[in-house]
Amino acid sequence: MANLGSLVTKIRSKNAGPFWITVDIFCGSDAVFEKVCHRMTPAVVASLTGLDAAAIRRFEMRDLLVLKLSFARHHVQGSRFDRDMHGAQIATLFAEWDIL
Amino acid sequence: MPTRVLVPSGVLGLGFDVAALERGIAARPDIICIDGGSTDSGPYYLGTGTSKYARDVCKAEWRHLMRARAQAGVPLVIGSCGTCGTNSAVDWMYDITTELAGELGQSLSVARLYADQPPSQIAEAFVAGRMTPLVPAPKIDDDSIRGFSNIVALAGAEAISVALASGADIVLAGRTTDTAVISALPIQNGDNAGGAWHGAKIAECGAFCSTNPGSGVILVEFDENGFTVEAMAEDAICTPHSVSAHMLYENVDPYILYEPGGHLDVTAATYSAQSNRRVRVEGSAWVPSDTYTVKLEAAHIAGYQTTMMAIIRDAHYVKNSLLWIERLTRFLHDKIADCTNLGINDYTLEFRLIGVNAALGRHENRQPTSDSMPVEVGVLLIITASDQTIATDLSKLINPFLLHFPLSEQEDLPTFAFPYSPAHSDRGALYEFALNHVLTLDQPMDAFSLKLSQIPEVRHG
Repeated sequence: MANLGSLVTKIRSKNAGPFWITVDIFCGSDAVFEKVCHRMTPAVVASLTGLDAAAIRRFEMRDLLVLKLSFARHHVQGSRFDRDMHGAQIATLFAEWDIL
Repeated sequence: MPTRVLVPSGVLGLGFDVAALERGIAARPDIICIDGGSTDSGPYYLGTGTSKYARDVCKAEWRHLMRARAQAGVPLVIGSCGTCGTNSAVDWMYDITTELAGELGQSLSVARLYADQPPSQIAEAFVAGRMTPLVPAPKIDDDSIRGFSNIVALAGAEAISVALASGADIVLAGRTTDTAVISALPIQNGDNAGGAWHGAKIAECGAFCSTNPGSGVILVEFDENGFTVEAMAEDAICTPHSVSAHMLYENVDPYILYEPGGHLDVTAATYSAQSNRRVRVEGSAWVPSDTYTVKLEAAHIAGYQTTMMAIIRDAHYVKNSLLWIERLTRFLHDKIADCTNLGINDYTLEFRLIGVNAALGRHENRQPTSDSMPVEVGVLLIITASDQTIATDLSKLINPFLLHFPLSEQEDLPTFAFPYSPAHSDRGALYEFALNHVLTLDQPMDAFSLKLSQIPEVRHG
């Protein structure tokens, strides 16, 4: 049992404008990058974010050993039902996800 | 010809290393450029046309930059003045500049580039089919547009170039793209366009592209093939990784960046270390578009809010806080229906249980267990209604129940902790972002206007 946060160098999430959030997973090594890209499937991302897998943009950036995931916010930044103005806390769901 | 652009910080108000700024000036830049805003601080600032950062802080930093400009004898440009880039925020920055010019004994020519869009004109553009929605776009019509509090268009490099061509010592720009203030002079000088936009994106957050983000100051040298970037603080280093990784930051797509008049494509860019401090970048491409579009930002009032806070320390209630809030919410809706003429759609009650799921709501997947219960739970209630009086009155109706509501009818009335009196806080208007659209222009300056001034003002007669 290992969560993703303990395996990779850094995970962050942030607004990409008021309508999107982007998650950057810095893997730190080729082996971890391969494993993360393999295991962090669109279905896993969909279950963590509550979105359709087809709605999630995915960038496997081998040069940087980064898996980048971008998705539209459930609630626009700062709108009535938004809970996290900067979108930075959703990274914790990814960090705590059990990659096995 | 090579163009050296000095970027003191990611935003005015966030601070920078003054010694690094001095090193930057010693490197003989052709222009000093800084960003003044972003949507990232939320819709309130655009809604009200005000700055997130304190005036005194902005003035203290701007004093350093005005001195540096005078020393270097080059233009000083700030984009997206006062967080939101409305005309009011540009004029706020102009007032600060005027005060400082007096204090520093400087005579200046100042260009103000305005980016406000009258709602009636944008409504007409919408009807005329000159607006294109981006994904995801809020639902709008011409009536709703007329009710927006503020609308700005994001100026491109061409508009900054027009301001620079006026010969101004200082350019105070309304809303611009983050990159346009930096890319304008290199493009004007005929440097590589892909390099100009890419270098501008890398430098727009100051030293975030280095190993010491807080130091602020970055120098970018643009030329016919690309650009070279260097951090000015002694303890900050730019590496190929720190520079290339910055394309990830706050970008949906790490390879493509849309700007007025085209897009940047960095798919083929190469990053190489030059000495152990500088990074050379080549191979970025600028792809012009057939039409010239500018992005629009708008905020509107979506209601008025009152908040309340209670703190639960009693372990029985801490353990059952989700059940308690579910029962309290149901009770309050019934009570409001009994005591007021409000319908269920006239207001919202948002309970955020701090210690349980306040940040992530229904996406929270960690449940407290008997071994890991929070010591206490904060109950934040956000009431939203169509006017402030209704929101405030609802908080007064709710007050005794937030204080005393029992988990079941069989138990004594609890009394939770209110941290202050009164227990409610009126927040005023709730602003929401209302546009994610682009506007097609015939000419890059069509949505913008320029105002030139001399400081001290020349008085006639």
